[in-house]
Amino acid sequence: MQDAISFTPQLAASPVTQILWLIPTLPIVASGLIALLKQPKRGAAAALSIGSLSLSLLLSLVAFSHVVAGWAHGAAVRETVNFTWLQFGISNVDLGWVLDPLSAVMLVMVSFVGLLIFIYSIGYMAHDENFTRFFCFLSLFAGAMLGVVISNSLLLLFMSWELVGLTSYLLIGFWYQKPSAAAAAKKAFLTTRVGDIFFLLGIVWLFAQTGTLLFYNHGAGSLEGWALAGLLAQPAALGLTAAGAIGLLIFAGAAGKSGQLPLHVWLPDAMEGPTPVSALIHAATMVAAGVYLIARVYPLVQAGALAGGTTAALTVVTWVGASTALFAALIAVAQNDIKRILAYSTISQLGYMMAGLGLGGVAVGMFHLITHAFFKALLFLGAGSVIHGCHEEQDVRRMGGLKAVMPRTFLTYAIGMLALCGFPLVFSGFWSKDGILEAAHHWSVAQAPFYMLVLGALLTAFYMTRQVSYVFFGAYRGHKQAHESPVVMTVPLAILAFFAIALGAIGTPAWPWFRAFLEGRAASFNLHSFVEPGLLALMTTSSLVVFLGLGLGWWIYGNKSPKAEAPDALEQAAPWIWAVLRDKFYVDEIYGFTVIAFYSWWARVADWFDRRVWGGVVAGVAWMFRLWAQLNRFLDTNVVDGTFDKGCEEISTSGGLLARIQNGRVQSYLRILALAVVALVAILIWSSRP
Amino acid sequence: MTPLAGYLLVAALMFAIGLAGALTRRNAILVLIGIELMLNAANLNLIAFWRYSPHPEALTGMMFAIFSIAVAAAEAAVGLGLVISIHRHAHTTDLDHMNRMKG
Repeated sequence: MQDAISFTPQLAASPVTQILWLIPTLPIVASGLIALLKQPKRGAAAALSIGSLSLSLLLSLVAFSHVVAGWAHGAAVRETVNFTWLQFGISNVDLGWVLDPLSAVMLVMVSFVGLLIFIYSIGYMAHDENFTRFFCFLSLFAGAMLGVVISNSLLLLFMSWELVGLTSYLLIGFWYQKPSAAAAAKKAFLTTRVGDIFFLLGIVWLFAQTGTLLFYNHGAGSLEGWALAGLLAQPAALGLTAAGAIGLLIFAGAAGKSGQLPLHVWLPDAMEGPTPVSALIHAATMVAAGVYLIARVYPLVQAGALAGGTTAALTVVTWVGASTALFAALIAVAQNDIKRILAYSTISQLGYMMAGLGLGGVAVGMFHLITHAFFKALLFLGAGSVIHGCHEEQDVRRMGGLKAVMPRTFLTYAIGMLALCGFPLVFSGFWSKDGILEAAHHWSVAQAPFYMLVLGALLTAFYMTRQVSYVFFGAYRGHKQAHESPVVMTVPLAILAFFAIALGAIGTPAWPWFRAFLEGRAASFNLHSFVEPGLLALMTTSSLVVFLGLGLGWWIYGNKSPKAEAPDALEQAAPWIWAVLRDKFYVDEIYGFTVIAFYSWWARVADWFDRRVWGGVVAGVAWMFRLWAQLNRFLDTNVVDGTFDKGCEEISTSGGLLARIQNGRVQSYLRILALAVVALVAILIWSSRP
Repeated sequence: MTPLAGYLLVAALMFAIGLAGALTRRNAILVLIGIELMLNAANLNLIAFWRYSPHPEALTGMMFAIFSIAVAAAEAAVGLGLVISIHRHAHTTDLDHMNRMKG
């Protein structure tokens, strides 16, 4: 368990922190500009996104060196810049960003791996007509991901988080003409949304409890003493404290994004997107955002743990992580799509990271996150290179013997594969995985996660050997001649391969620089820690496990070139188990029969209700109004109009009669006048008679 | 029968003849002549009533008659002018054809 970290409070943020917001903003602005470009402006789009991300990388390196410099002077840096975003009533909603070792490390990793993948994409997407759109989305993703990393507010983090989810959706469905890609994009979006609902609930609860969503705010943030004490004192259901319950809700969001059981189903399907997207979003950065999130709110999930103890939230994280690690590794054994194998491997490794967080603290999980980002990006880009060289073939059974045709890809891929397997001493994956295994071994609650993770490591070595021997060894089984990829694609591979090896150096037990950096302690070089009996035994065990996996894989698959249609070697041995693994434990089918069936049943019920009940009510009201309108019409035509028409008719008739008198003949007027005079005289005489 | 009654009878006869002429003739000029007759019947009445009134020395009836004759002269001039201009316009003096003054 992690020691308590004491970070020196920073009252005034340094200039580096002041401009930290530029790091995510630059790629987002670039994305906006690219969106305005015309489709054929490929060069400008690539230049804009790569240029902006290079600047971000530069700034990230400056920020990183600032943190390292502060640490070297004995003061762990944690600088924040906060501002009020909006105010309602007496509550403020504050946003802000933070520069501390955790965000600095992630900034450098995301912008560096992202930059390499951007460069690689120029080659990979060269023939795609929507090149500019691709770079627009990619830049938006990079900006949003960097936003997740620097957020000092759970709300800002959530906004960036959703933006990342959006770009993931857009990029999985990049080739939306393919129905499978469109469906995969939808599936990814909906599945992660399930987790995000819980995440949002957690955010709202946290805000209700503490009144702030800032992580660090000079002692008043939600991850700092006062708020945590309040959360611990507040009981929630099932014996959890509010801190634990909120931690679990946030973990549900993280599980959705990081493909943890049972929300992992979207990640393999996400491989429908272009391979650089799989490498950047669905292996190196976005899926790791969930792990990063847990690392970021670690004080919350860890709150209440006694020395060496654990909390309910951390226990859940551990069990979910360990189960995912084993579960996905089992499935990866029986897949034939080169990218799907890597996708399940990613899920499995994300399980390791989660378990690492649950078992050993931030540094253990984050170290595996960083090393994994490099070698998994390497593997995906290598797979992309293979797919590119084999003319869009993705089935490993139709490859083979590419070692000779694609030497550069083979060499780098082998390095990535050995790093993923955790090949002893040389590769970074060994050290990061070893840290997790060591933490699992010392876990006070149960030993089962340790054995699950060891078994997962064995399977990892096994399925990667299977894949590599299918792809690079034996005879070529494809139809068209394969070729090596261009330099723009292989150079990023080489750089990533270098880091897949070199990164191990900063996390060995003898010189745990990374752990000390994250925890704000001084790093010391101590060769003696290697010869501690417990650690030595553990390292030996894990090495043996890796060798066993590699050997088994090579023994079964090595240098053989089975026909693509022939059943797999394992399938012949145990067809039943193979079928279960090949069909991914039927999780998709179970969801199809439960959740999706329920929803479609519910949708039918709602549809029926809508048509019959509400539709009937609406039709009834409409019918009543029609009746009323008809009554009105009757009254209008017969009473109102009738009266009016009659009146007009009378006036017109009498007018006609009177007009006949006024016929323009003077003499007839005169005649009337004379008659009138006679009549008047007659009346006069008559009335004056005595 | 007093002398006054004789004058009045003659005047009434003249008025009746004038009225009949004005009502029955179709020629506008003859209608005008009828109207003149009726006017002069009225003038005769004025003179007769003045001559046999209690104060014949006051000259009121004669003054009235002279005014009436002057007005009648003006009226005859205007009427004849109208008739001539209508004749120029419509080439007729038949009153039955002059029926455009109606609503």
